[in-house]
Amino acid sequence: MTHFAFVATAYALGLGVPLAFTVAAMTRLRSAQRRLAAIDPRQRRGGGP
Amino acid sequence: MAVTMDAPSQAAPSRQGRSLHRFANPGRFLRLSKAVFPWLMACGWLITLVGLAWGFFYAPADWQQGDTSRIMYIHVPSAWLASAGYFSLAIASAVGLVWRHPLADVAAAEISPVGAGFTALCLATGSLWGKPTWGAWWVWDARLTSVLVLFFLYLGHIALVRAFDNPERGARAGAILALVGVVNLPIIKFSVDWWNTLHQPASIGLTGSPSIAASMLWPLLISVIGYTLVFAALVVARMRAAVMERRIRGLLMARATTDAATDQDAFA
Repeated sequence: MTHFAFVATAYALGLGVPLAFTVAAMTRLRSAQRRLAAIDPRQRRGGGP
Repeated sequence: MAVTMDAPSQAAPSRQGRSLHRFANPGRFLRLSKAVFPWLMACGWLITLVGLAWGFFYAPADWQQGDTSRIMYIHVPSAWLASAGYFSLAIASAVGLVWRHPLADVAAAEISPVGAGFTALCLATGSLWGKPTWGAWWVWDARLTSVLVLFFLYLGHIALVRAFDNPERGARAGAILALVGVVNLPIIKFSVDWWNTLHQPASIGLTGSPSIAASMLWPLLISVIGYTLVFAALVVARMRAAVMERRIRGLLMARATTDAATDQDAFA
């Protein structure tokens, strides 16, 4: 493969950047769900998001 | 009529905005997005991986550029999402400004970091493609410069939305910036036609057949679809988290107010 280093770096970024955003979004979402479940009375009644 | 996220408004919205309010209700959004989000994320990643694997292992190399053309399967989707993301940011901003709906403000605030990430990816992969092809990491070409301006617009929006103590004022200032910045989108699109640029003109258009071989076009389309679904899933996930965080802040403030009133009664 010609210019393998350039192509491999591009693919690493192409997977790494969306993956980093995905991990960050999922962590934030889980944290928000956990904190909301602890304080929202609607969650205790089973009507939460 | 502004509607707050933490306390639903008692006032009826105008007739024009009624359907919008019905579908943009934060509670309804959380319920709908809860069902859609896992499928969106899973399908997005699956399609993206298929498109990238196809582009890396099976698509033919370009007869002039060789294997560096495989960078296209990342560069083109990220370039598309940089512009499409900004367009969606502008739409959310317009809806937020006109109807003052907080969910539109949340959408605008959560689109811009994801859009900035994909614009950075577009610039980085473009640079990685440019070095072996043009012999330079960067040139002050009209297309490259206008995309760099788009990246700065995203960064400006991120900073402006978070620069105010009052989130509504931040959202309004960010919305005005986003709408002013829309003028950059046609400049990006037509820069390769209006100016003599090093960047190649579009290979795929709405009118006319694409000037790219089908064996390269299919993995490219699959990558574009996959990345678009991942982008949408990321925005939905971030919006869900932001709506929940606002609800948490509202509940904590309500609890603090109740506790303060109880303490005052105890001292009286």
